[in-house]
Amino acid sequence: MEKSNVVLHVADVHKRFGGLHALADIDLQVEEGKTHAIIGPNGAGKSTLLNVIIGKLAPTSGQVVFDGTVLTGRKPYQINQLGIARVFQTPEIFADLSVLHNVMIPALAKRDGMFKLNMLRSLDSETGIRAEAEHMLEDVGMITRREMLAGSLSRGDKRRMELAMCLIQHPRLLLLDEPTAGMSRHDTNTTIELLKKIKSRGMTKVIIEHDMHVVFSLADKISVLAQGRIIADGSPDEVRGNPKVQEAYLGGAH
Amino acid sequence: MFEIIFLQFLNGLDKGAAYALIALGLTLVFGTLGVVNFAHGALFMLGAFCAVTVRMFLTMETVTIDPEKLSPWGAPLEVREPLVQAWLGDFGAVLVNYSVPLSILITIPIMLLVGIGLERGIIKHFYKRTHAEQILVTFGLAIVAQEVIKSVFGPNPIPQPMPTDLRGAADIGAWLGMQANVITYPVWRLIYFVFAGVVIGGVFAFLQFTTFGMVVRAGMADRETVGLLGINIDRRFTIMFGLAAVVAGMAGVMYTPLLPPNYHLGMDFLVLSFVVVVVGGMGSLPGAVAAGFLLGILQSFASMNQVKAIFPGIDQIIIYLVAVIILLVRPRGLMGRRGVMEA
Amino acid sequence: MTTFMSRNDLFLFLGFTVVVLAMPIWLAPFGAGYPDLLQRFMIFGIFAVGFNILFGLTGYLSFGHAAFFGVGSYAAVWSFKLLTLDAIPAMIFAVLISGLFALIIGFLCLRRSGIYFSILTLAFAQMSYNLAYSVLTPITNGETGLQLTLADPRFLDAAMGQTFSGQPVPTLLGQQLGGYAGFYFCAGFLILSFFIAQRIAGSPFGMMLKAIKSNQTRMQFTGFNTRPYALSAFVISGMYAGLAGALLAVTDPLAGAERMQWTASGEVVLMTILGGVGTLVGPVIGAWIIKYFENILSALNDNILARFWSFLPEGVADVVVKITSKFVGDGWHLTLGLAFVIVVIFLPGGIMEGVRRIAAAFRRSGSSSAKPSARTQPAE
Ligand SMILES: Nc1ncnc2c1ncn2[C@@H]1O[C@H](COP(=O)(O)OP(=O)(O)O)[C@@H](O)[C@H]1O
Ligand SMILES: [Mg+2]
Repeated sequence: MEKSNVVLHVADVHKRFGGLHALADIDLQVEEGKTHAIIGPNGAGKSTLLNVIIGKLAPTSGQVVFDGTVLTGRKPYQINQLGIARVFQTPEIFADLSVLHNVMIPALAKRDGMFKLNMLRSLDSETGIRAEAEHMLEDVGMITRREMLAGSLSRGDKRRMELAMCLIQHPRLLLLDEPTAGMSRHDTNTTIELLKKIKSRGMTKVIIEHDMHVVFSLADKISVLAQGRIIADGSPDEVRGNPKVQEAYLGGAH
Repeated sequence: MFEIIFLQFLNGLDKGAAYALIALGLTLVFGTLGVVNFAHGALFMLGAFCAVTVRMFLTMETVTIDPEKLSPWGAPLEVREPLVQAWLGDFGAVLVNYSVPLSILITIPIMLLVGIGLERGIIKHFYKRTHAEQILVTFGLAIVAQEVIKSVFGPNPIPQPMPTDLRGAADIGAWLGMQANVITYPVWRLIYFVFAGVVIGGVFAFLQFTTFGMVVRAGMADRETVGLLGINIDRRFTIMFGLAAVVAGMAGVMYTPLLPPNYHLGMDFLVLSFVVVVVGGMGSLPGAVAAGFLLGILQSFASMNQVKAIFPGIDQIIIYLVAVIILLVRPRGLMGRRGVMEA
Repeated sequence: MTTFMSRNDLFLFLGFTVVVLAMPIWLAPFGAGYPDLLQRFMIFGIFAVGFNILFGLTGYLSFGHAAFFGVGSYAAVWSFKLLTLDAIPAMIFAVLISGLFALIIGFLCLRRSGIYFSILTLAFAQMSYNLAYSVLTPITNGETGLQLTLADPRFLDAAMGQTFSGQPVPTLLGQQLGGYAGFYFCAGFLILSFFIAQRIAGSPFGMMLKAIKSNQTRMQFTGFNTRPYALSAFVISGMYAGLAGALLAVTDPLAGAERMQWTASGEVVLMTILGGVGTLVGPVIGAWIIKYFENILSALNDNILARFWSFLPEGVADVVVKITSKFVGDGWHLTLGLAFVIVVIFLPGGIMEGVRRIAAAFRRSGSSSAKPSARTQPAE
């Protein structure tokens, strides 16, 4: 674990909600190009951790460093522009826009930055971005649905589209919050295949997942979170054999 | 100097009481039903016109022309005899004299019906729709209400005399052991203030000490959970809407001697009371009451000549200015819960 | 040309232009073909198109847009008084001033969203209105309203050695802007306004505005700073309002504070909703319908109604006249309120939604050659 390889460092982060200690003394190092899984029972604080990383929540103490840049205190859009994208646990999409536009928007964010007053240019002239978005939709197998309103998609399709929205930005760090939750077995497998494909592209990923099948087929490293603390950390095999983990899962609200 | 400040403070109380009463219902409806009700000012106005109607009935007259006598202008003398007095004698005269407070008795059932009808008929279809749509539909209802009133009662304000015994001013200064005739305060305003205190206290007691109130308060905090307990929360919320309408209506009735009601009274007060609710914190009952009085009193101070000399026009904008500052500095208002409509 | 404007957009724009320019002809049979009313159609059309950029595209419900309308009116009249009676400088001046005003107010109001934003805009508009009536009387002339007088300095006109006799009226290159000239002047601006709105709606910027309306949080996590987008939309729609206000001052050079009252703000909300929020032509149609019925219904009286219902038996006719008279004349606002409630309840998408539903019904029952939803609605 050479220090130089660490791209995301969550350093001594605490997060309190009133009396609830949702994150306690979290120290997490994610290595470049690796897939880091976070597992743990419901309410362990996994989503809260991602919220702290992307700037949705400010930590009570501690900080998050991404590739030498301190993220803590920055706005969500600045953090995204540094190359961090996230798939949410409940899909965050533009329900009133078409699937194609949903995917074009993040592409434009990547190209044009956080604000551009390009109001006299026609959207139809953005052929490059459009082709890119269509290509992306083909990758996730949704090209036939590109004209549909995103809000009318099935739950699984919404997730896949959200994944496409993140991938089109070619983020350096991709955060996935239960990307296969609510998907059929078939869709889950397709998504795993897709995630494996990205893995070979060398993108760093943090993935929260309940499905152990998914976790063990993707993760290079696993951290186990219970009641706001990291109780185990290591390679999949190490974690699998850890008695504390067994206990957390059996004793947790799972 | 102290006297002047104390007097301005008193002067702000009755307006503050009216703001507080309207804002109370507004925030109650928002807190329970989650509805932004732009028709709430109209309910205040409808209450005021209940008083106007009652007085109209009480002062109905028979007009007979007495051919024997001539008026000073030489026309046959019209003899006008109020019906109520003809039937009930002196008691009738008392009724007419006390028409404003008496109207409350009639206003309560009427406003309850109006409120429940409104909620069942229209508002309940808007629980799941956006706040913008709620604002729009209730805004439309407010226009309808005020136009109906305008076409029935005409565009001009209709003064409502207060009972003769309650005219004049109370020498509050003297009561408090100060010099006589320095701090005097119109009796009716004092009554309005006390009335508001009683109503506000009543609403709080109702919510605090009855099972009904407990369920409603629980529902305000967390609607879903209470719904899961199998309690029929919707029916209670309907009644809450009726209650808010009654409070607004009563506030309107009692305010008529202070400000002759016209058809756009509701709109005038609505904008202000929304500001009051926001300043107090959306969905916070104590916040609404505190902000109502606070803004009424601030308005009273801002209209002092000494203040206007320093900040010209401040009396015209003080309430809005306070609202803007509060919203920008502390968006959840004075006492609002975190997270309510902050998005 | 294809990348400049899609075929559908081009047809829509050309169709709109023809419809607007031919209004004096096709509105004549409806009793609305006279310049005064036509001018108001144009002016409030512009107001509504601009309002829709903020409310329809971006999702921010402002209850204070009348303030920008009023500022535009005052600015234009001041330009007539101080600079020249020519309308073009007045328009430019008014748009700039109202844009600046919108920039300041928008910057503050957009720190909040949802109902808090609405209340903030309302508070600012009410402050402007109350101040216009009180301490700002030197600028606004209070209740009397700001008027043109012979004694106005008009420095530019004076420098050019132009003199006037009689009551000064706004001109365009020396040509008076009354009557149909005034209408075509306003129509030109409406068409231009519509064109710009169409371009905005069809641009990447427009898509961002719609995305903000749909899910502002997602926009932020997608890397957009949404504040400047919303602020741009706010300023643009404020400038539209200022332009409309200035045109009203051109056709009737008397600016009064009542143009800034919140009921006036409510009216433009109503126009937009009635026509169809978020659509391009909807708000214009909403504005026309409201101004048309305001004009027709408020002019009706009992005599006209009695003649209209005279085919009914006597007793019935009297009752019907009595009832209908409540909805016309001064009571026309009652009709407006009712129509508004009904639209919000049953047709939240406004008239355009109704048109779409009817068209869809026809397509279903009609020929099998019907194409699957040709995307004619640029603003989804
Ligand atoms: N914004 C918030 N305010 C208060 N409590 C929160 C908030 N977000 C999460 N929590 C609480 O923090 C704990 C951890 O939640 P979360 O991170 O969503 O868990 P999970 O591991 O299932 O994703 C839970 O008890 C949750 O109720
Ligand atoms: Mg979670």
